[in-house]
Amino acid sequence: MAFYVVQFLTGLASAASLFLVASGLSIIFGVTRIVNFAHGAFYMIGAYIAFTLTERLSGAFGFWGGIVAAALAVALIGVIVEMVLLRRIYHAPELFQLLATFGLTLMVEDLVVLVWGPDDLVGRRAPGFKGAVDFFGQNIPSYDLFLIVLGPVVLGILWLLFQRTRWGVLVRAATQDRDMVAALGVNQKWLFTSVFAVGVFLAALGGALQIPRDAVHHAMDLRIIVEVFVVVVIGGLGSIVGAFVAAVLVSELNAFGILIFPKISIILVFLVMAVVLIVRPWGLFGRPEAPARKTPGLTVNPWRPLTSNERLAALAALVIAATLPLFAGNYALTVGSEIAIFVIFAVSLHFLMSVGGLASFGHAAYFGLGAYGIAFLAKMAGLPMIVCLLLGPLLGCMGAAVFGFFAVQLSGVYFAMLTLAFAQIVWSIAFQWVSVTGGDNGILGVWPSSWAASPSHFYWLALGVATLVTVALRVMVFSPFGYALRATRDSLLRSEAIGIDAKRIQWTAFVIAGTTAGIGGALFAYLKGSVFPDNLGISLSVDALVMVLLGGVETVSGAVIGAIVYKALNIWLVSQTDLSKLVLGGFIVLIVVVFPKGIVGMLEMLAQRRRKSSPPGSPLLAKPIESAE
Amino acid sequence: MKLTVEGLNSHYGPAHILFDIGFEVGEGEVVALLGRNGAGKSTTFRSIVGLVAQRSGRIMFEGKDVSARPTHEIVREGLGYVPEERRIFTDLTVEENLEVGRQPKRPNAPHWTRDKLFALFPNLGEMKNRPGGRMSGGEQQMLTIARTLMGNPSLVLLDEPSEGLSPKIVEQMVDAILTMKKEGVSIVVSEQNLHFARLISDRAYIIERGRICFGGTMAELDARPDIRDAHLSL
Repeated sequence: MAFYVVQFLTGLASAASLFLVASGLSIIFGVTRIVNFAHGAFYMIGAYIAFTLTERLSGAFGFWGGIVAAALAVALIGVIVEMVLLRRIYHAPELFQLLATFGLTLMVEDLVVLVWGPDDLVGRRAPGFKGAVDFFGQNIPSYDLFLIVLGPVVLGILWLLFQRTRWGVLVRAATQDRDMVAALGVNQKWLFTSVFAVGVFLAALGGALQIPRDAVHHAMDLRIIVEVFVVVVIGGLGSIVGAFVAAVLVSELNAFGILIFPKISIILVFLVMAVVLIVRPWGLFGRPEAPARKTPGLTVNPWRPLTSNERLAALAALVIAATLPLFAGNYALTVGSEIAIFVIFAVSLHFLMSVGGLASFGHAAYFGLGAYGIAFLAKMAGLPMIVCLLLGPLLGCMGAAVFGFFAVQLSGVYFAMLTLAFAQIVWSIAFQWVSVTGGDNGILGVWPSSWAASPSHFYWLALGVATLVTVALRVMVFSPFGYALRATRDSLLRSEAIGIDAKRIQWTAFVIAGTTAGIGGALFAYLKGSVFPDNLGISLSVDALVMVLLGGVETVSGAVIGAIVYKALNIWLVSQTDLSKLVLGGFIVLIVVVFPKGIVGMLEMLAQRRRKSSPPGSPLLAKPIESAE
Repeated sequence: MKLTVEGLNSHYGPAHILFDIGFEVGEGEVVALLGRNGAGKSTTFRSIVGLVAQRSGRIMFEGKDVSARPTHEIVREGLGYVPEERRIFTDLTVEENLEVGRQPKRPNAPHWTRDKLFALFPNLGEMKNRPGGRMSGGEQQMLTIARTLMGNPSLVLLDEPSEGLSPKIVEQMVDAILTMKKEGVSIVVSEQNLHFARLISDRAYIIERGRICFGGTMAELDARPDIRDAHLSL
């Protein structure tokens, strides 16, 4: 019995940091409507700076002062980020906000390694809380007891701050109606900045307080952000009480889940989240959002099928691509195959995100499931390649069917967070369930049959499949199903009013996109001859998002161009620098701020400007066409 | 002049909504902006306080050009705005709603305190701690006006204050507006209800399809039944 009590207390202690970070995320979201992906990064910097300060400063004052100073320093960094970056994108579609803060996270991951090195750092114990308390023969670290008390204390302070101060009243008012607050003479800019500073302070404090319990390392940002997303989805975005209750719930589920399913404890949390989403999609303490603004959102030019000239051009490009094996060497062909595979991956995400308006932040899950599907079939069942290629993607399809069912119940940022959490769960299973997936060592020796083994044959196979998939998805965009899907994207309410079963259409799109991604993953497994958990990791999901964004979210052909340019750049970049995350993150931020329309979008804009300026024509005639969408 | 609007044009996306709107409000005057649903009354007000992004033209308030300033700065100059849809903060109590509107005292405008406002709207004084979401439409309308007055404005844009209210509440509203006028607040009130406008206004403008098509005293408007019948539904 005493053991269970101790386990319960450990869970409560873990909840403290989780609550601090989640409440910060919630507060920032409430006012600015930005889901701050970089929140985990601020948590991590808080831990690193606190580590340095507590090492340098001595005594109890040095330790506790160092913790608070670290949180304040990170809050200052947050203020700079808000003023320099976020102020430019408050009015951008939420996808861009998510991506920009994600780019920031990537940059921070490389920066902390640059400053503090790649090794785990073990911090000092907290003065005054070094020992343990004996509880019927079980030890409870006294620092845990301190954290258990701290959680409710912070909750109380936040409550007072929001209920009893003018600042708190203004923040609560702005959470509900920002424009009206401005119309009453309140300067929103500073309100936003101060809110962001408070939210970041909480995240950094959460990180700083972790150092006596856990080693500081450069991957702690992603681990916490996934848990925080789960917490705010369960508790309800924007609710501080919800963040507290859900943080306790999730931490307890983790603490006891380890006892029940030691290998895959995260499953338990996932099940609870699924139940909450079915019963209350907006979380336990949240409230339903008004129909969200559409995600890609900026579409001004209606989409049209390719003209016959453009079709010829595409065909010519394909023919040229197909002649590559005639003059290129093996390395170039392998790169070519990889690019073709990523074209498949990118067009599948583009279908979901641009056509369906559902920006998934965990699309790699289905790519990786396809790859694992192949590995299971080829290695364990020993099936021939052609059968594997046909059946392997089904694992991606099934994953998409299960997760997609839950995900499409939500939209906008909730959808993004949930897809990310699902992907991370799949990743944890692949990582932890060593007996089946091989864990970190992956599954090796997945080689293609002899007919596809040579680089040129495999390249043709990949190119052929990529072409088929792209054409099939394009045909779908201009089919009645595509119209219905775009209708749900542009206005959920109106599409339902004309009899479209929006959720089913979106679910179908999710499954189609997941299966397509699985096809890409299947080929990828054969290309690499092996499967690793990284094949379904977050960074791969982000790669896909960047490819689509780089090509242009609002275009139909952007994904193909984006995948080719990005993948080629990426392969080249990794060979040139160790700081690829820093460069990539900076690149993402730059695209979002400077070229939000992507490559193809830019080209179209230029072409349009030329078309407009060359024939003087009648401006009256040009106008209604432009506003037709 | 307290407020002068000249050549105001506004757009929502590709749609041109207001065409060269111009009107004036004198010190301590109550001016009615009359027009049917969708004529452009609310957009005019929203453009003046900077809540419509695409606008051009000149807006002079107390001799200063405020047309390029952000919303909160315009409001802090003493130009209060009461929106049509009330837009009270439903999660906040009556007192908290008033707190959001509070701004420092202004030399050229009457100073409003909570107690003074509770005297003006006695209903509000009886429900200081009630959340805005649990009030009747009439009470919410009073709260929006009181909230704007907490900013001590010297001029208030009142968007359709009588809309959807019972006759008894409308009477209270007339009294409240006349009290505001007596205290020295200039008012622009948009209305579809000519009868209501007549009770409070010195002068009136008529707006139709985004253009001003009449401006004059209430007596001059009464002398032109043709204009009245063509542009206002009675």
